[in-house]
Amino acid sequence: MTKQNQPTDYGHPVQLRTEHFYYDNSIVRAFGMATVIFGIVGMLAGLWAAIQIYYPQASLGLAPTTFGRMRPLHTNAIIFAFVGNASFAGIYYSLQRLCKSRLFSDKLSWIHFWGWQAIIAAAAITLLMGKTTGKEYAELEWPIDIAITLVWVIFGINMFGTIFKRREKHLYVAIWFYIATWVTVAMLHIVNSFEIPVSFMKSYSWYAGVQDALVQWWYGHNAVAFFLTTPVLGLMYYYLPKAANRPVYSYRLSIIHFWALIFIYIWAGPHHLLYTALPDWAQSLGVVFSVMLIAPSWGGMLNGLFTLRGAWDKVREDPVLKFMVVAITCYGMATFEGPLLSLKSVNAISHFSDWTIAHVHIGGLGWNGFMAFAILYYMVPKMWGTSLYSKKLATNHFWLGTIGIVIYAVPLYWAGFEQSIMWKSFTPEGQLKFQFLDTVNSIKPFYILRSIGGSLYLVGAFFMVYNLYKTMKAGSFVPNEPAEAMPLIKIKSEQKEYWHRIIERKPATLLVLSLIVVAIGGFIELVPTFLIKSNVPTITSVKPYTPLELQGRDIYIREGCYTCHSQMVRPFRDEVARYGEYSKAGEFVYDHPFQWGSKRTGPDLAREGGKYPDSWHYNHMYDPGTMSPGSIMPAYAWLLENRLDTASTPAKIRAMQKLGVPYADGYAQNANSDLMQQADSITAGLKKDKINTASDKEIVALIAYLQRIGRDIKGEQNSTAAQLNK
Amino acid sequence: MSVIIILLIISISIAAVFLAAFLWSVKTGQFEDDFSPASRILFDDKTKPTN
Ligand code: HEC
Repeated sequence: MTKQNQPTDYGHPVQLRTEHFYYDNSIVRAFGMATVIFGIVGMLAGLWAAIQIYYPQASLGLAPTTFGRMRPLHTNAIIFAFVGNASFAGIYYSLQRLCKSRLFSDKLSWIHFWGWQAIIAAAAITLLMGKTTGKEYAELEWPIDIAITLVWVIFGINMFGTIFKRREKHLYVAIWFYIATWVTVAMLHIVNSFEIPVSFMKSYSWYAGVQDALVQWWYGHNAVAFFLTTPVLGLMYYYLPKAANRPVYSYRLSIIHFWALIFIYIWAGPHHLLYTALPDWAQSLGVVFSVMLIAPSWGGMLNGLFTLRGAWDKVREDPVLKFMVVAITCYGMATFEGPLLSLKSVNAISHFSDWTIAHVHIGGLGWNGFMAFAILYYMVPKMWGTSLYSKKLATNHFWLGTIGIVIYAVPLYWAGFEQSIMWKSFTPEGQLKFQFLDTVNSIKPFYILRSIGGSLYLVGAFFMVYNLYKTMKAGSFVPNEPAEAMPLIKIKSEQKEYWHRIIERKPATLLVLSLIVVAIGGFIELVPTFLIKSNVPTITSVKPYTPLELQGRDIYIREGCYTCHSQMVRPFRDEVARYGEYSKAGEFVYDHPFQWGSKRTGPDLAREGGKYPDSWHYNHMYDPGTMSPGSIMPAYAWLLENRLDTASTPAKIRAMQKLGVPYADGYAQNANSDLMQQADSITAGLKKDKINTASDKEIVALIAYLQRIGRDIKGEQNSTAAQLNK
Repeated sequence: MSVIIILLIISISIAAVFLAAFLWSVKTGQFEDDFSPASRILFDDKTKPTN
């Protein structure tokens, strides 16, 4: 089919009348309100967690509010509740105006809204209860995962339906960003959420060890790309030109930017796993694509900033533009730093340190937060038919936020760098220069500064709440905003329609079909056979966990120990000296899910087994300060009281068997007797150290697990060493 | 490391989906005019509500 035969609506006689319709502002208001509420909640959770880092007692000694549970609550609230709701609000507002059409279905809009808020509520409750999959940014358990999938499909139908109904032939670039967001997030979520339910709120990841890590960070990285970046870029391309009242600097660049970004982003995930047990070629692939990402990212940033060329006087006046300028600048900084952090030599220093935390907060506070504030300041006066209550207050919010970001990030960069260098320091005699706890204590002042920066940012957000509230009071809300446009003429092609032409006409059909084909075809057939086969142990001394250790591991996951502890010794001199033999891929074949972690607020635990006596762990978990004076680890006193839920053991063993873990047939029935036996021997040992505890306490299971971590390979080394000596 | 193969298949499928979307958009002339769309979005607030 040649170009000339392309049907266009230009040049045909048009006898259509202007259509009158209404934009739905109510749904935008609802998502906007949710944005504000969950933004405040998410930031409060973050601040609370940040204070606990230097003052663990701030958790009040309660299980639900310890760092290991607050941190997932904070990240989930900010990503999915704050930025999620802000994106939905911004997308629903702009999509209607860009498509010159009301949203496809009011009913779907509201199902989307309430469904998403119900998911958030369920997430908050379950995370605080310790119901978690233990995979960062994908902590929510399987029933919630299913709910997310359903609501996401509703969102997709509503969005594509609106696009079909559009009265504007051209799909403005922002819409492309929205489409990419929907498609990719759907895929990521489904793939990463493959898990086998054990009970109503407990599941094990389908993947194990290295495989799980790879899938998780493929997801994690792309969640940043397609949940925190593409929708917000789409918003930038709509709200920035609107607020500045001038077209985007280069529309062509915006289109190139979009296609380049989505084709490159998806390959960068492995840069989260440099120097780990992941194969080298996969690591290199991640690095190369991460570096390439700089081009489209900066294309987008420059396009945004250049849009304001000759309009800087407006920036001085308008708080909306002020927020956007800083947001886009932060986007540029974060996307410059990201590729830098993907370089292996830089990553060797930055990884596991607070550097990463500083990096994500440039993106989170600067890019996502400020864009969300900007669109709220833009939309609320428009929808309430008035102007902003106080520009001055908004400007104060802007400065508080900006200074807050600086006071947040700079100390953390410093802390990350300093601590990492301390970890790597040796004395002239070749000994490690610093104990782990020394390095923690030296950066405590930075942790305090960081929480001050965060507080300023939060105070700024309260300014916004007041300002928006006053604006709403002053205006009157327009739930249905009248609009008019010419209908879009659909002309049938006289040409013979080839099947691919028909499908191409309907991009959504194509997208959805491909998605379904890939998801079903790929997974149901490939995953089980592939993965279980490749989990054949390569290290013979690596054995499945005993039932008690398995239960202990689930407590480790429940308490979110992975938010502070890694289990991955990288092949560096200092790490091997500090922790022991570096980690091998074969060690993790029974780890559903993997627990490598991403942050070392505490020391690595990959070689913890056998390092201390059981009694040390008992006392340390009860009150870390007694064993490690000045420790910032929270106390886990309730583990000494809680009874272990042994009723769940058979189901857990059976689930593991389904995932290919080689427990003997019918072992599920006998597992609990093995469990009690092991527990009894631990309590007997504790008794010798004058600690009296019952065998059915959770602490016993946790100790069993801690004493197991990294031990199997030690047997292997001894045996190989023995063989070599022969 | 067989999961890499799965991820590759998925990533390539996603890329293929976007490629198809890209081809569709080029063929239907989405990108023929790279000037007016940028300006057009600025002129949509005609019918102002009276309050
Ligand atoms: C807020 C961060 C944080 C959390 C959450 C946390 N820890 Fe720690 N952990 C630390 C710090 C810091 C240290 C080093 C100081 C010390 O020994 O207490 C440490 C030390 C340890 C040690 C001693 C390691 C060694 O080899 O010296 C163990 C074992 C340990 N933690 C287990 C756990 C377990 C199990 C959990 C979850 C129930 C947990 N930690 C949760 C921060 C944390």
